[in-house]
Amino acid sequence: MTLLFDSLFNGISIGTVLLMAALGLAIVFGLMGVINMAHGELMMLGAYTTFVVQNVFRQWGDPWRDFYIFPALVAAFGVAALVGLILERAVIRFLYGRPLETLLATWGVSLILQQFVRSVNWVLALRLGVFGLLFFGGWWLLAKRVDWPRIKGWVLTLLLVLSTAIGTVGGRLLAQTYALAVTQPWFGAQNRDVTAPRWLRGGIPVGQLFLPNTRLFIISLTLVCILGLYIFLQHTRWGLRIRAVTQNRAMSACVGIPTQTVDALTFAIGSGLAGVAGVAVSLLGSVGPNTGQNYIVDTFMVVVVGGVGKLLGSIVAALGIGIANFLIGSGTLALIFPGVPILTDTLNFFATTSMAKVMVFALIVVFLQFRPRGLFPEKGRTVDA
Amino acid sequence: MAHSLNRRQLIKMGALAGAGVALGPQLWVKHSLPAYAQGETIRVGILHSLSGTMAISETSVVDAERLAIKEINAAGGVLGKQIEAIVEDGASDWPTFAEKATKLIDSDKVATVFGCWTSASRKAVLPVFESRQHMLWYPVQYEGQECSKNIFYTGAAPNQQIEPSVEWLLKNKGKEFFLVGSDYVFPRTANTIIKAQLEALGGTVVGEDYLPLGNTEVTPIISKIRAALPKGGIIYNSLNGDSNVAFFTQLQGAGLGPDRYPSMSVSIAEEEVQAIGPEFLEGHYAAWNYFMTVDTPANKKFVEAFRAEYGQNRVTNDPMEAAYIMVYLWKQAVEKAGTVEIDAVRQAAYGQTFDAPEGLVTMNSNHHLTKYVRIGQVRSDGLFEVISATDAVDPLPWNQFVAETKGYACDWSDPTKGGRYQV
Repeated sequence: MTLLFDSLFNGISIGTVLLMAALGLAIVFGLMGVINMAHGELMMLGAYTTFVVQNVFRQWGDPWRDFYIFPALVAAFGVAALVGLILERAVIRFLYGRPLETLLATWGVSLILQQFVRSVNWVLALRLGVFGLLFFGGWWLLAKRVDWPRIKGWVLTLLLVLSTAIGTVGGRLLAQTYALAVTQPWFGAQNRDVTAPRWLRGGIPVGQLFLPNTRLFIISLTLVCILGLYIFLQHTRWGLRIRAVTQNRAMSACVGIPTQTVDALTFAIGSGLAGVAGVAVSLLGSVGPNTGQNYIVDTFMVVVVGGVGKLLGSIVAALGIGIANFLIGSGTLALIFPGVPILTDTLNFFATTSMAKVMVFALIVVFLQFRPRGLFPEKGRTVDA
Repeated sequence: MAHSLNRRQLIKMGALAGAGVALGPQLWVKHSLPAYAQGETIRVGILHSLSGTMAISETSVVDAERLAIKEINAAGGVLGKQIEAIVEDGASDWPTFAEKATKLIDSDKVATVFGCWTSASRKAVLPVFESRQHMLWYPVQYEGQECSKNIFYTGAAPNQQIEPSVEWLLKNKGKEFFLVGSDYVFPRTANTIIKAQLEALGGTVVGEDYLPLGNTEVTPIISKIRAALPKGGIIYNSLNGDSNVAFFTQLQGAGLGPDRYPSMSVSIAEEEVQAIGPEFLEGHYAAWNYFMTVDTPANKKFVEAFRAEYGQNRVTNDPMEAAYIMVYLWKQAVEKAGTVEIDAVRQAAYGQTFDAPEGLVTMNSNHHLTKYVRIGQVRSDGLFEVISATDAVDPLPWNQFVAETKGYACDWSDPTKGGRYQV
């Protein structure tokens, strides 16, 4: 009984981390069909946001420092959603219906984001800010002119050159004047650590078991997110629109649903959830530019196994993979089947963390042979863009 | 044709310009640097991970190497020339290490290379150094079972860290061991040695597990530890990089404290304790040759110089000390040889002694250092209380507990003996 409960709890703790990471992708990839390789980097941005919020709250001292996690959740959702929104408006919306191009473009974005957190400092931030302000500000102002279509080409080229030059020169001046204070990277290439608030350390003993507080927190966070997402999709006007666009884009457009806004909103929500996942992940390990890469394969695995297009599928798949991972990795399976030497030997061979991953992948490959469309495939004829 | 610029092209151009804004000055600065004329300086390579999962440990080793180079330059350089360090980023990626090593040797024409941390990166660059008959100085404790003519190892061999720590644990903490490590060559070889040693000395291994580098999912391991050691026991930890953060925070979260589950770590030093957080590690043990709290005049000088250079809140650790002394050992060897020519420097390096922060160390003809072994316990301030120290221990690169290498030794000063000969 203890064994069962222990396995279940530990499996679910692994599964909820996977699910939390995959939830945003389940929307972006599952509902919208966008292969977003930068999903992991949106998680990473959420984790870095947690790091920043933590440092701000630490300065304020007790009792604030113990409650940074809640504002961090909001901030991480906001930051990741904003970056997601920019990503959708600037890149992805031009690539709908072209999965290969989307894959490459978002992979490029993921590399840019990784390098961005490594090298961002005040000079870089200011230069990008100045460039954005001058270029897009100038565009916006001049676009009001009547003869805009005629002068558009050369004006934008001029703006581009000018704002690049001003940004670069300004940045250099700044770097020379304040030296290290502005050229030092904010985060650098090294990993940063988020210390869990004191009430999240330790755990609750239940009989012979010990339930770590961080795990309980992540499990409840996942529950809250799923519940919130369910209510949003099923019981709000925008949720209805999202579901409508997912099912039939052309028809939705005909009945007056602003599909572009729906796309942007859906993508932003998916990205925001990735940010929240970043907060959860930052409680488990340290935060680095590569944090997201560690999860990207697992998250796609969850969505594919669950069946593209169904949130329920992702939930079941994440928990299933989590429990399988734990049962194989911890050697518990070998305890369940004692007395069969060949079986126990094989299971013990796979009872290390690395080999458990191999086994789970193999099982998934076999599973997909029989159910290529995942656990809960979309019923009926699908309408692909 | 003024309309020819459509929106998509514009976005592409915008992205390009954005990249230009971000990169422009760096490129410019690189080009406007004065070209160093060969002959005025001696170039050396520094090859560590400045990014990726190993950056947490390796960046400070670079700091220590730069400090030694700066001190040597301030004191007049070597052979009357200044040392110029060329720093390359191995990016925690082993093929990148090999690629950067090739670049340092072939196009930068460095006199020697100081670098690497993980054994995987060392194994990756080994063929590069051997095929070019070049020289690498390697500053980290490692699993042994290697003795290359082209590498000087200034960290501990297993008999200078792992074996004494296992003996100490058997004497003071108990007989049941659970082995945890990262999934690459050092932890696997180290654990092979530990298993052979425990068998010889009457201890038992109740379980072992390996985490892929960078993995943070340690739940199955913690369950296994609890199942294998229900009443408590020793965790022997050779995890590297940030897996340690996940392991120790979750170990404490699961209620496995150092009172019942003392852990001995061989890859956690002062820097890592600061990063993981002393509150998660207090009371756990580590085995090293050097701790920041070692009480020698040379160490006082080293710590003061390091803090003056990099800030008062910085700490020093064993690989940093080994990195610092290896630059000096190389400099002494070059001065004795009177040239930077690889073969002459190698011959001159044998027998070099240096008053290191850990004590007086000697370079042996088996390319390893005679060092001191210390056991430390993590204090609440994140530094170590040295609770056990030995006299100088001579290095044995070939392990004497493992059947395949028992009775073998290494001596590069004698051409008939070489890297692996039967004693």
